[in-house]
Amino acid sequence: MRVPGAVYDFDRPNEKPSPAPRRELSGIWEPALGPGDAIQATGAKAMPSDGKPEHELPFTPEGLEAWMKNKPAWGVRMVPSALSNDPVPMCDPQGFPRILLHNFRTSQIVQLANQVLVLYQFNHKWRNIWTDGRALPKLDDGLEPRWWGYSAGRWTDDYTFVVETIGLDERTWLDNVGRPHSFNLRVEERYRRIDRDHLELTVTLTDPTFYTRPWVALDRLRLRLQPPSFDIREMECSPTETAKYNKEFAEPAAGVSATEQK
Amino acid sequence: MYTSHIMKQVLAIAFVLTLLTPVAAHHGAATFDSGKKLVMEGTVVEWTWANPHCFLKFDVTDASGTVKHWIAETSNPPDMFNRGWARNSFKAGDRVTVTVEPVKNGSPVGRVLQVVFPDGKTLSTQDAPAVPGEGARL
Repeated sequence: MRVPGAVYDFDRPNEKPSPAPRRELSGIWEPALGPGDAIQATGAKAMPSDGKPEHELPFTPEGLEAWMKNKPAWGVRMVPSALSNDPVPMCDPQGFPRILLHNFRTSQIVQLANQVLVLYQFNHKWRNIWTDGRALPKLDDGLEPRWWGYSAGRWTDDYTFVVETIGLDERTWLDNVGRPHSFNLRVEERYRRIDRDHLELTVTLTDPTFYTRPWVALDRLRLRLQPPSFDIREMECSPTETAKYNKEFAEPAAGVSATEQK
Repeated sequence: MYTSHIMKQVLAIAFVLTLLTPVAAHHGAATFDSGKKLVMEGTVVEWTWANPHCFLKFDVTDASGTVKHWIAETSNPPDMFNRGWARNSFKAGDRVTVTVEPVKNGSPVGRVLQVVFPDGKTLSTQDAPAVPGEGARL
């Protein structure tokens, strides 16, 4: 499968990489190995919820208790979708970093003088990453939680852009299998421009309240630059359409009605 | 101790569930009778092209003349577009042969695996391998 008009690595099996431009991220980016490579139905790509011991997350007791309250429709603890308390199918914001760890599709990066904007296909969202040298706000009780957090980015060399994000709303899930996070979550995104046509993205999560150590959720996900004319198809969460889907399909599929408790 | 005890329980059911988890769709797999297939001839009632998932309503009449109202989902519009489906793929009254994976509870509900029209045209919800080189030139 491909998104019509998109270019993937399998289209260019013998290509010789062109040199990476310095300190440049702009463009439309698509998972390089195919459109489904970063759609992570069973949880964060580097740590899927598949029952394998090596994918068991280092929960603290508090973190595990929080996970048990979530009822995902995927992974080892899946329930029928009509019984799930996943906020995303209800059109609540998936927020950050779930946008990268669940339904990560085509994205467009716009690099301005003082910030980097990332525009995401899934649910038509965007983020602002400040690059004007500002410090992140102090993470304390006075900080207003945000679905998309507070982000600041910097170039650590000519080809590596590192983003730190804090202040994330605890109502969001980390991924599609309901992994939780606390307000103490800190997310590091590391974008490595490896040649003209490719970026590699690594995402590391640090949340000492819910996890005993930092863990890598995306490990060098390969993204490919697309033609400037590439048209990103609209994908939006409509509460009206979702209500119709739930009433006409999801509830009969699960044998429940909307009045039953989730 | 607490963490380890609960994780053991989770991992025990995980082994079974990973055998059952299909790879398609985003709204969960727990509902479906994984691996079961029903092939039915029917008449399209309505085709809904919308997020989060598209779905097809069709009527199936059995030998005794009883009509069952089926509803079966696909994935979301962008993914279905990539597989060759469109907003106008069906109109009410179309005769179709639909293969579905039904839900476990016996309701006439499932997810579409394939639709075949009388002229042989086939729409599939499965990913076809992409042909290398078809991508636009950068």
